[in-house]
Amino acid sequence: MSTVATATAGEAQVHAGHDDRSFIRKYIFSTDHKVIGIQFLFMSLFFLVLGGLLAMGMRWQLAFPSDPAHPLPGGSLLPETMVNAGIVLPEFYNSMVTMHGTIMIFFAIMPLLVGVYANYLIPLQIGAPDMAFPRLNMASFWLAVPAAILILAGFFVEGGHAGAGWTSYPPLSVESGYSGVYNGQVLWTLSIIILGFSSLMGAVNYITTVVNMRAPGMTWFRLPLATWALFITAILILLAVPVLTGALILLLFDQVLGTAFYKPDAGGQPLLWQHLFWFFGHPEVYILILPAMGFVSEIIANGSRKPVFGYKAMVIAMISISFLGWIVWGHHMFQSGMNPLLGASFMASTMVIAVPSAIKTFNWLGTMWRGDIHFHTPMLNAMAFVGMFVIGGLSGVFLASTPVDVQLHDTYFVVAHIHYVLFGGSLFAIFAAITFWFPKMFGRMMNETLGKVHFALTFVFFNLVFFPMHRLGSNGMMRRISDPTQYEHLQAFQPTNRMISMWAFALFAAQLIFAFNFFWSLFRGKKAGPNPWRANTLEWSTPSPPPHGNFATTPVVYRGPYEYSSPESDEDYLPQDRPPAERPTPAPEPVPAGG
Amino acid sequence: MSQAATLALESRQPMPGIGVYNQKFGMWVFLLSEVMFFTGLIGSYIILRFAHPDAFTEPGRVLNVPLTAANTFILIVSSVTMVKAFAAIELGDQRGLRRWLLATVLLGAVFLSIQGVEYVKLAEHGFVPMVASYAAEGAPLYGMTFYTLTGFHGAHVTIGVLCMIFVTVKAFRGRYSQADHGGVEVMGLYWHFVDLVWIILFTIVYLI
Repeated sequence: MSTVATATAGEAQVHAGHDDRSFIRKYIFSTDHKVIGIQFLFMSLFFLVLGGLLAMGMRWQLAFPSDPAHPLPGGSLLPETMVNAGIVLPEFYNSMVTMHGTIMIFFAIMPLLVGVYANYLIPLQIGAPDMAFPRLNMASFWLAVPAAILILAGFFVEGGHAGAGWTSYPPLSVESGYSGVYNGQVLWTLSIIILGFSSLMGAVNYITTVVNMRAPGMTWFRLPLATWALFITAILILLAVPVLTGALILLLFDQVLGTAFYKPDAGGQPLLWQHLFWFFGHPEVYILILPAMGFVSEIIANGSRKPVFGYKAMVIAMISISFLGWIVWGHHMFQSGMNPLLGASFMASTMVIAVPSAIKTFNWLGTMWRGDIHFHTPMLNAMAFVGMFVIGGLSGVFLASTPVDVQLHDTYFVVAHIHYVLFGGSLFAIFAAITFWFPKMFGRMMNETLGKVHFALTFVFFNLVFFPMHRLGSNGMMRRISDPTQYEHLQAFQPTNRMISMWAFALFAAQLIFAFNFFWSLFRGKKAGPNPWRANTLEWSTPSPPPHGNFATTPVVYRGPYEYSSPESDEDYLPQDRPPAERPTPAPEPVPAGG
Repeated sequence: MSQAATLALESRQPMPGIGVYNQKFGMWVFLLSEVMFFTGLIGSYIILRFAHPDAFTEPGRVLNVPLTAANTFILIVSSVTMVKAFAAIELGDQRGLRRWLLATVLLGAVFLSIQGVEYVKLAEHGFVPMVASYAAEGAPLYGMTFYTLTGFHGAHVTIGVLCMIFVTVKAFRGRYSQADHGGVEVMGLYWHFVDLVWIILFTIVYLI
């Protein structure tokens, strides 16, 4: 079998024991997975704020629809084609809706879950010095940057940014005559295509690294659940993103080349886009939740000082969710006119996914049961994930039922569902993960008091904002509508909308606490040792932050990742790489007299 | 713990993994994503075509099937020469490696040239991708699906030929040996994939 030489001159330089890299090679164009993870962190936090601002714009409009007495704050800074005399124009509202969704999903949540933590955690948790393809990893980040530039550029072009929803259905996304948008839509399409390449490169790296570079003793069923989750997510990305890329390319051709893949009058089919998009779109939502589930498993075990209940079941549940996720995409298209029998099959498979999700939920509860629970900030956020994810999952069961979906499709009931799983789920898990791994990344702790205050306010305001949307939706408030009061049956709900907006402004303001905590702690946080959370996984055996190359010597793994409160240890944790204590050899039996 | 894990523990080497070195495994994983990409495109072609069969006149009326069939054969032969190159370096035969890599590059370039010539000929007859300016037989659907599908395949072949040139130059500089020639193997994997996609494309677009 052929062999491949892997060490480059640069790596040899470092393995010699000292780091001769220049500032640019160390912090800008770095191949170190930790640096790349942190680069993704800063980029995605920026987009998280931008996505939040867009939501605030939407909520202002919904609170005071086209009300000259309440002009949009900052609206005077925007051109008259977007905000006229303080009033948000419907076309701009459509752009805000579109870009809020697009930015949150593609530029905030996905990079936060995968770009940051797959990069940062995988090599550390498996005991590897870096990823399998460090230069490809660097390319993956730097390809995301032009994608980010393109998506920002769309705000500044004539006609405004894309306005066809994050789902970009044709013909609206193709015909500028319908949407009023041309350049912005093209920039949107191009940006997501490029971002897709960045994701794919990352996925190839994560999969190869986990399969091939685990330290001695790190068998598959000793992997931390965070790594399992990120590994499975990488496989989903690998298989789903190319389908989206193909669909987007056809969309781009329709937009700029005059083809008609999706234009019905020339023989194309808008439904083709819907199938291609949702075939990607459903695995995409599992991409958005699985890593979060992995982090929550780590943090709940750590906070409860107990092993994860049913580790193997957790792994099998994640694998089942990812398998089943490929055969449910039609539940996003129940109202597209499909054969009811086909609808029934999608309904059945969608309901089945609830089973492994429920297994995971009960296992998190089982982990906490009778544990020695430490209610630190990551633990609080992780517990919130479990509760909010259950609510989001339950609303999902209503939507999965095809006849019920007739009433609920494209209403605020769906908005409630997606925000319970994406904010209540993924974002709380992200807050937990950022707080938990902050000391490892930056060598300092985040402030615990600020963390708890942020958590409490976010939790309360989040529920006040999104829970009422269930009722709004089931009473007929449709999505993506800039002025609900134009419909008589919605006028009675205007006070609810206004109240939701007030709580939304409070929710956004509460995030300032997190932002302050994050940046202040970077410089003034309490210095952290290698293992401030008394955890077991391999990353806690390195200094905080770890050096280039991670481990001075390759770690050796002797046990699973959740040996908390183990009888074999004096403390309530037992790191994976601590050698087992020597068992004293028993004294030999005395030989009986007489032979 | 498995026996492989025990051995890994004792030898302090990483876990055995999949028993395939990183670059080769990475290429297989990447090719899996390419399968999904081409499946999406080919699936779209099938859906669009069989929704409007009248818009797609029999391939032979517009497309030059015999020429493209010969071109298919050329691409298949280039896969054979690629295998010969790999076999050569497995035995340490540097001259054989260079010879067969050069042959593969040339055959790949010939494939692209013939495809390019066919594109020009079709355009001259008015068979173009755009809806507005389509003038020849069939309807706009035919042109756009044909060019998109074959165009993306052609783009992949082009990238393959460029990488192949890079590998050939390395071979001529003696950078591969019997012990260390992973680059040739990984290049070969990509090339065979591109060939396989073409066989499927040719069947669906030209023959059926």
